[in-house]
Amino acid sequence: MTEFIIIMLVKMIVIFGAVMGTMTYITLAERKILGYMQIRPGPNRVGPWGLLQPIADGIKLFLKEDIIPDHASKAVFVIAPAMALIPAVMTIAVVPFGPEMTVFGRKVTAYMADVNIGLLYIFSVSSMGVYGIVLAGWASESKYSLLGGLRSSAQMISYELSMGFAVVGVLMMSQSLSMVKIIEAQKGVWFIIPQFFGFVIYIIAAIAELNRTPFDLPEGESELVSGYFTEYSSMKYAMFMLAEYINIITVSGIVTTLYLGGWHSFFIPLPPLVWFMIKLLAVVFFMIWVRATYPRFRYDQLMTFGWKVLLPASILNILFTPLFMKIFGYL
Amino acid sequence: MAETKNMILNMGPQHPSTHGVLRLILELDGETVVKLTPDIGYLHRGVEKLGENLTYHQFIPLTDREDYLASLSNNLAYCMTVEKLLDIEVPPRAMVARVLLTELQRIASHLIWLGTFGLDIGAMSLFFYCMRERELLLDIFEACAGSRLTINYFRIGGIAKDLPEGFEKQVRDFIAVFPERMKNDYERIFQDNKIVRIRTEGVGIISKKDAVDLGLSGPLLRACGVPWDIRKSNPYCGYETYDFDIATGKVGDVFDRYMVRMEEMRQSLKIVRQALDRLPGGAFLADDPKVCLPAKQKVMTEMEALIHHFKIVSEGFEPPAGEVYHSIETPRGELGFYIVSDGSNKPYRLRFRPPSFVNLESLAKMAEGKLIGDLIAIIGALDPVMGEVDR
Repeated sequence: MTEFIIIMLVKMIVIFGAVMGTMTYITLAERKILGYMQIRPGPNRVGPWGLLQPIADGIKLFLKEDIIPDHASKAVFVIAPAMALIPAVMTIAVVPFGPEMTVFGRKVTAYMADVNIGLLYIFSVSSMGVYGIVLAGWASESKYSLLGGLRSSAQMISYELSMGFAVVGVLMMSQSLSMVKIIEAQKGVWFIIPQFFGFVIYIIAAIAELNRTPFDLPEGESELVSGYFTEYSSMKYAMFMLAEYINIITVSGIVTTLYLGGWHSFFIPLPPLVWFMIKLLAVVFFMIWVRATYPRFRYDQLMTFGWKVLLPASILNILFTPLFMKIFGYL
Repeated sequence: MAETKNMILNMGPQHPSTHGVLRLILELDGETVVKLTPDIGYLHRGVEKLGENLTYHQFIPLTDREDYLASLSNNLAYCMTVEKLLDIEVPPRAMVARVLLTELQRIASHLIWLGTFGLDIGAMSLFFYCMRERELLLDIFEACAGSRLTINYFRIGGIAKDLPEGFEKQVRDFIAVFPERMKNDYERIFQDNKIVRIRTEGVGIISKKDAVDLGLSGPLLRACGVPWDIRKSNPYCGYETYDFDIATGKVGDVFDRYMVRMEEMRQSLKIVRQALDRLPGGAFLADDPKVCLPAKQKVMTEMEALIHHFKIVSEGFEPPAGEVYHSIETPRGELGFYIVSDGSNKPYRLRFRPPSFVNLESLAKMAEGKLIGDLIAIIGALDPVMGEVDR
């Protein structure tokens, strides 16, 4: 029992540390990649190639004055960033970074837990994150924040639906909600091939769920200044940012797990953990690439797109998946 | 049921996309703009009043600071107005150089517009590509005048100094790269994007009649399908001898304004090419010792030139009494200067008609009943420069 607890604690620290480290460097990677796509060098002052930039950013945010607006409802204002961050961290627990492996003679898995309702857990926990955003927008007592909060709640609800439906196809094929079982089911063919439409729908909905371009309406800079976190500063602001980037990692991890075959290798035999990370980072790169290329939707267009295009498409995907499975002998 | 009230949102004067210090008081029903009241004056510097206390030459640098994205066009409008008052001839080299540089300035101004318009609707990268090309233009201006933004290169009677060495090569280099970059980096990324289309098409429509009634000018008016361009209707600087077309739109929406400005850049490039081919040699400043500063060499060697130099610098010149109005086509529309002279060395009254100020009046008409996202796109396509609006 003690051994189990120790292993779990060590794993917790390692995975949490690894995710936080990856996250900080994803912020740098985003700025660098955006920079190169926009014919400018990106951050390059702090450390070689700007490698210490995330650390400098962190220190800066720590030391900034923490401002709470006079009219804000203080308790909610303080809790909101935590409410955004906690679900983001919680979802990491079931992201399977790698299979069982032997470390120091012990069999250890590279994920915190293989819950048999893994996917359901992710959906239920990640949708809690929207509370943080809505409450932040509400508690700031600023009109821009309020509009940002309203936009995000509407957006998250509409896109969560298509996201959930898109995943049903994968569930049908893998016959399990467990993340590990889903990966094991992709031993032969990755689900991106039979579930291509589901994949496209999922990735669009995921980008919307993450409030990233072209769906970055809740924080649409040219419209709402900064949207829901306009009034936030210092570490509270940093917590929203942390939540946002951790969510990027988890979503990319989920895409990798559900559609890109998880840790299964592709021609080049590398350790499973490495393959998982490569795929995960490829998805992150894709999101940054989209950000550099696409303009922003308008609010009503976003809703129309979500309800009239994505949702019917995801339902059709559910209807056609069994047919597909019958034809190609999955059933 | 509880009574619902519209929300009043104060957008600006510090807001990322009100293009300077424009303040808009919005009455919002959800995200729909019910009523829009622009509030201007945050950049008021009293330039017109300052003009009454400065000699005619001293006022030129102030015109730079009106429409600061097209300072050469402002220089030109002012200088031409004073020239009209004085009735002096500008030498052909200066005329062609003026056309050439103001057309380059038009491209530079439209590039800023395109970049910031992209930012407004969320396309970040376009801004940097536009800046890259604008940089080439600013280098040309810098070579000519020494400064990049407030260029202050035109003088009453011509241009400040002769075009620099290597000028032609610099301009030709720009002409060589620009059309291709426009096609690859702007149109293929931006214009062909589906989201850009749905964000701009059918947004902020203003009818031909309304546009004329409000006194709009420039790309805004042309996008409504009115082919009115001062370069064609009242040609100045010999524009009648250049071959170019007026770009017009059909519907008068944001997308048409975009298309008109893009076409204008192409037409400007065409004019630049023609001007470069015909650029004559000779004097660059009119030979009028009472008005135009003599060359430095002459000041050093000739007594008379020294006296003229001293007189022009210390007390300026005295134009005949009377009033004069002259307007030109800047990147934003009709810019007109109106000067009343009482025969002294300073204008009795100096007034100008800034295109942005007049164009801004159409904002409420275009944006009311639309969403905030549309409003941002509309402001972007309006391209107001607050320095010019507030004066």
